[in-house]
Amino acid sequence: MITLAIDFEVDVVWRFLFNPLIREGAWRTIQVAVAAQVLGVLLGLSFALMRISRNPAASVFSGFYVWFFRGTPVLLQLYILYFGVPQLFDNQTLTTELTAFRAAVLAFGVNEGAYMSEIVRAGILSVEAGQMDAAKSLGMTNLQAMRHVVLPQALRVVIPPTGNEFIAMLKNTSLASAISLVELLQGSTLIYSTNFKFMELLVVAAIWYLAMTTVFSLAQAELERVLSVGERERPETLFSRALSLMGGRRGA
Amino acid sequence: MVRALDVHKRFGRLEVLRGVDMDVARGEVVVLIGPSGSGKTTFLRCINHLERVDGGTIYVDGELVGYREKNGRLVEDREPEVARKRAAIGMVFQRFNLFPHLSALGNVVEAPLSVKKLSRREAGELGRELLGKVGLADKLDAYPSQLSGGQQQRVAIARALAMQPKLMLFDEATSALDPELVGEVLEVMKSLAREGMTMIVVSHEMGFTREAADRIVFMDEGVIVEEGPPEEMFARPLQPRTQAFLSKIL
Repeated sequence: MITLAIDFEVDVVWRFLFNPLIREGAWRTIQVAVAAQVLGVLLGLSFALMRISRNPAASVFSGFYVWFFRGTPVLLQLYILYFGVPQLFDNQTLTTELTAFRAAVLAFGVNEGAYMSEIVRAGILSVEAGQMDAAKSLGMTNLQAMRHVVLPQALRVVIPPTGNEFIAMLKNTSLASAISLVELLQGSTLIYSTNFKFMELLVVAAIWYLAMTTVFSLAQAELERVLSVGERERPETLFSRALSLMGGRRGA
Repeated sequence: MVRALDVHKRFGRLEVLRGVDMDVARGEVVVLIGPSGSGKTTFLRCINHLERVDGGTIYVDGELVGYREKNGRLVEDREPEVARKRAAIGMVFQRFNLFPHLSALGNVVEAPLSVKKLSRREAGELGRELLGKVGLADKLDAYPSQLSGGQQQRVAIARALAMQPKLMLFDEATSALDPELVGEVLEVMKSLAREGMTMIVVSHEMGFTREAADRIVFMDEGVIVEEGPPEEMFARPLQPRTQAFLSKIL
């Protein structure tokens, strides 16, 4: 008789779920993802404004940026920054200052900026031209109109795809394991390379990734609800439903 | 207050304004009428430089709009300068163009805060006073989506007045409204006219025109065909084109 023996020890999963190396790795993953996303949003905003500006040089430069960083793999960009750039300059300070963590934040952030600039641009284009007319007729400059009138409205269009981007970012930080940054995935591989419990440690990493993306998705839904002020129908979220079930605020 | 000389504007191959001259005195209320496509809205938008003119000049209160003279030639103003001149010209749009993310009060105080740099308290007082004036003292915190069309347009008027303009432009301010809401907006416009505001109004509301206008200007195909006081224009239009148009809308 043949028995199908499955070699998987659930105990090992529990034992390593909160292992210090895993916890530090998860924390590192969050740090890289948040810092890179913030950088990406700032760059995206700047490049989107440059793209739609009347200055042809700014517009072309922005187009070139998007073309390059969307057109090459992010892993290649990470290698270029971490291995290629120090070779070019052969400068001791640069090599020591450019830690794996900094290189990861910079590479993922600049790459993200290219995608974010297209998202922000779409958001700006989604605001009716009449809004700009009204703002200008009140004496606002282009920049004031952008800041006080157009961008706040673009934000509602920009948030959902940005949430998507951030979730992708959380997972893509695992690429930094290729430059030996001890983030979540690298933490797990370091452990299974000593105890050979591959599947258990990969499950540990998966549990952490799922937990992080779930928490973030819930937070995003809350944010969208807060930003829906002024709309007739406001989206319900897990949190708002729970509150109304408990007899709390209604539709507020 | 407004002096337009030989204003030309084209969109691509289409010449929308073909030499418009107009003088508007301080405190005067001018109603622009004419068939659709005659250039009324474009002319209004040229007055505050939302459209760049291709030829001619427009002065508002003695200042050239959108341009300055340099060695006898006209040079387009830099953006902050355009913005400063625009601030003195209020505009009300056909589709209201209220800021949907701000409350009624927020709409009114936004420009005083960000352009005039008033304090929150000063701007708030001004906003409450103006919304009271247009009969919306009880709607300060309502968002545009919670207001009727007539209420939205009155907020838009209050918003334009908050910059204390010398001139108000109304671009078909009542034509997007349900018939029963037109009256409340026209009332506000009439009271502004009575207070001595200089106004250029694109409108086909002949009741308003009869009551509040000092002058009617009839435009067709990018030029002014005929102008005169309402009584005369309604009773004895001279040009056949004016007669034909008025017979359709009166």
